[in-house]
Amino acid sequence: MQINVKIKRFNPESDSRPYWSEYNLEVRGSDRVLDVLNQIKWEMDGSLTFRRSCAHGICGSDAMLINGVNRLACKLLVKDLGDSISIEPIRGLPVLKDLIVDMEPFFDSYRAIMPYFVNEDPAPPRERLQSPEDREIFDATTKCILCAACTTSCPVFWTNGRYIGPAAIVNAHRFVFDSRDQGTPQRLEVLNQSTGLWRCRTAYNCTEACPRDIPITEAIEQLKREAMWRRA
Amino acid sequence: MNRAHKYDVIVVGAGGAGMMAARYAAQNPNVSVAVISKLYPTRSHTGAAQGGVGAALGNVSEDHPEWHAFDTIKGGDYLTDQDVAEAFAEEVIEAVYELEHMGLPFSRTPEGRIAQRKFGGHTREFGKSAVERACYAADRTGHMILQTLYQQSIKNNVTFFNEFHVLDVILVDGECRGVIAYELATGELHTFHAKSTIIASGGFGRMFKVTSNAHALTGDLTSIVYRRGIPIEDPEFFQFHPTGLYKIGVLLTEGARGEGGILRNSEGERFMERYAPTIKDLAPRDMVSRAMYLEIREGRGIGDEKDYIHLDLTHIDAEIIEERLPDITEFARIYLGVDPIKEPVPVQPTAHYAMGGIPTTIGTEVISDGNNTIVPGLYAAGEVGCASLHGANRLGTNSLGDLIVFGRRAGINAAKYAASVDYGSIPADNQDLAKELIANARSASGKEKASIIRKELQNTMMDNASVFRTEETLSEQCRIIKELKARYEHVNVEDSGQQYNTELMEVLELGFLLDNAEQLAHAALNRKESRGAHSREDYKERNDDEWLKHTLVYKDGDGVRIEYKPVTLGKYEPKPRVY
Repeated sequence: MQINVKIKRFNPESDSRPYWSEYNLEVRGSDRVLDVLNQIKWEMDGSLTFRRSCAHGICGSDAMLINGVNRLACKLLVKDLGDSISIEPIRGLPVLKDLIVDMEPFFDSYRAIMPYFVNEDPAPPRERLQSPEDREIFDATTKCILCAACTTSCPVFWTNGRYIGPAAIVNAHRFVFDSRDQGTPQRLEVLNQSTGLWRCRTAYNCTEACPRDIPITEAIEQLKREAMWRRA
Repeated sequence: MNRAHKYDVIVVGAGGAGMMAARYAAQNPNVSVAVISKLYPTRSHTGAAQGGVGAALGNVSEDHPEWHAFDTIKGGDYLTDQDVAEAFAEEVIEAVYELEHMGLPFSRTPEGRIAQRKFGGHTREFGKSAVERACYAADRTGHMILQTLYQQSIKNNVTFFNEFHVLDVILVDGECRGVIAYELATGELHTFHAKSTIIASGGFGRMFKVTSNAHALTGDLTSIVYRRGIPIEDPEFFQFHPTGLYKIGVLLTEGARGEGGILRNSEGERFMERYAPTIKDLAPRDMVSRAMYLEIREGRGIGDEKDYIHLDLTHIDAEIIEERLPDITEFARIYLGVDPIKEPVPVQPTAHYAMGGIPTTIGTEVISDGNNTIVPGLYAAGEVGCASLHGANRLGTNSLGDLIVFGRRAGINAAKYAASVDYGSIPADNQDLAKELIANARSASGKEKASIIRKELQNTMMDNASVFRTEETLSEQCRIIKELKARYEHVNVEDSGQQYNTELMEVLELGFLLDNAEQLAHAALNRKESRGAHSREDYKERNDDEWLKHTLVYKDGDGVRIEYKPVTLGKYEPKPRVY
C-alpha cells in the first residue's frame, strides 16, 4: 500500500528548530512502523536518525509519538494506522537528533527509587522461598522495559520534569510488593517526596501508553495505599 | 578532541555476560571497572530470551548435573568439550541460586521453589525421557536476567559508557591493552587503556534474512579480533531455532513445546513422532529445524506457498498459556493476527545463535591458535565466546546458563589478572585503524548502497548456508561474499554529521557482518560431514574419524586460512545421536 509519512526532524549541527520531513512510499500493511523507518533510512534518506534494536517490543529502544500516541515503532503495524502516519520524538525529554531524546533524566529518576533487590539477611544455600500467590502480586510490574512511553505521556511530567514519573514508580512497585525485599522504608521516603508518588493525578495516560500492558495507574494507587498504611 | 580513559578492567557489551562479568570484576576491591556498550544496557538482546535457564535443581522431578552435562554433550553432537560441559552443569546451579539471591523473580512451584519446565534435549537418566530443568520467569527469563543484572550494577555503581561502538582492540606484543571506541553522541574516538578486556558483545544473526536476532547483532567483535589475527572457532555451527514467527523470525520459545505444544504439517500430522520417537517435539533444535525443512520440501508445508509449519497450542488450557507464555501469545496476536489459544501459529526456522565464536579456555581467556596460546589480558564470554560448551548444536536454555557461568568466570579471572600486572604501554598511533575505517566509509565513491548489499547477503546466506548446505551452495556463497566485500568498498555515508550518525555505524556494522559471513561460509565449505547444526546434503553422516575436531578460521590476506584443533573428550564416547 502507498503511505504518507511525516517525521519531525531536528539536526543540532544544522537546524535552529525542528521541522517536518514528508515521505511517500510503498509498504505492506503487515510492516511494522520500524520497518517503514528503516525503509526510509535505507532507501530514501540515510540521515534519518532513531534508536532501534530488537524489533519486537522487548528492548525498549524505539518509543515514539506515532499519530499522537506513544507507541513502540516495532510493535505497531501499518495496517492499524492507515495510509497517513506522523512520527515525533517522545515528549518531555530533550531532543538530541530527530527521534533520539536524552534518556538520562529518565534513568536518573529510575535510579532514585533504588531499583534493586534489598535483603540484608544471609542468603540461604538454595533459593529464598516465595509462594506463587506472593509472586503473582508484583508480576505485572516486572514486565517494564524502561522504554519511557509512560513517563513521556504523563501531563504532570510534561509540566514538571522533576516528577519521577510512572516508570520509576512501576519499578518501585516491583520491589515494594516483592515478599523477599526489605528496602521498602527507604523507597517510600523517595516516593513520599514532593517529586514522588503524590504528584500523580490519575490521568491514565501512562496505562494507555504502556506497550507491555502494565496496569500502571493501578500500581501507583496500590503504592499510594501502601504509603498511607505505613504512615498510619 | 580525542579522549583517553584508563580502567583495570574494560567490559565490551552490556548484556547478560557483560553485566555478570562487570559485577564480579567489581567485587575485587583492587580494580576499576567500566562497561562499554553500543546500546543502553537494558537494550541488549539477552532481554529477548524467553524460555528459561537450565540447571539441575531438581525442584519438580529428580535431576543431576551429570545428566545435564551428558545432554549438553550429546546435544552438541560430541563436538562439545566435555570438561567444559561438566564444569558448566555443576556451576550453573550455583549461578541460578545467585540470581535468585539478587532478586530475580522466577516463577514458583506450589512449594515456593524456582519453577522448572521441560525443554528440548533435556532428559533424565541419559536420554530416557524429558525432564523439567529449565528455570523460568514466565516467558521472559532473559528480560528478568538483564533487568536484575542492570539493577545490581546500579547498586554497585558500575561505570557505563552507553552508545559507544568499539572499532578496534589494542594488541601489543601479543597482549591486549584495551579498545578504541566511537562515541555515537559526538562522533569522537576514545581510547580505553586497560589491563584486562572482556569481550561480551553477542552474536551475528543479522547475516540471515529470517532471524530472531536484534538489528544490533552484527558480529562486530568477532570481526575486529579476526582482523587483528585471532582466529574464530567453529563458525559453521549456527543454530536455527525451529519456531520463528513466519516471515519475520521473531522467536516463539521452545517452552511452548515444553508446556505441551505440538508441531503439525499440512496434513495435521505430528511429524516429530517420525523423527524423534522418544522425545518428539522436544528433540534438539537442529533436528527439529531439519525435520521442518524436510516436511516443507516434501510438500507438507502450509499456506499459499506451502512454506510454513503450524505450532499448535490449542489443546492447552488457556489459563496456562496466558500465565506461562504471555509474551509469545502477544507476538502471535500482534504480528500475525493469530490467537494461539484458538488457532495454530504459522512458524518457520529462524537464525538464532552462533555456537562458535572467539576461542577461549575454560576460564574464558582468549586463545590465538590450536596450541591454546593465551592472549594475556583478553577474555570472551557469552555468545561471542567459544569455550566450546555448545559444540555443534546448543541446547535450549544453555545460552542463559552460558552467560551467567562464563560471564562470572570472565569477571573473576580478568580482575585477578588486572590486579597482578601493571599497565602495559600503548602506541601513540593506537587510533589509526579506527580512523581509517571511518575515513573510508565517509569518502568512498558511493556507487553502492549498504542496504542493498546487506539484503543480498541476508538472502543468499539463507539460500546457501542455512539449515541444509552442499559443496555447490557453499562455494557459490564464498564467491558471493567475496564479490559483496569488493562492492562494500564503494559504499559511502550520506549523513556527513558528527552527532548520532547512525548511518555511519550501520555501514561499519555491515563490514563486520561480511567478515562473519566469510568465516562461516568457508568453515562450512571445508567441513565435509554433517554434525549438529551443520548439515551437508553431500556428506550426510557424521564422520568422527576425520572431523571430530574444532575449526579455527584465520584471516589470511584477502582470504581465509583454516586450521583445526582437537575436541576435549571424556567419559562419554561419541555415539549415534537418536532421541
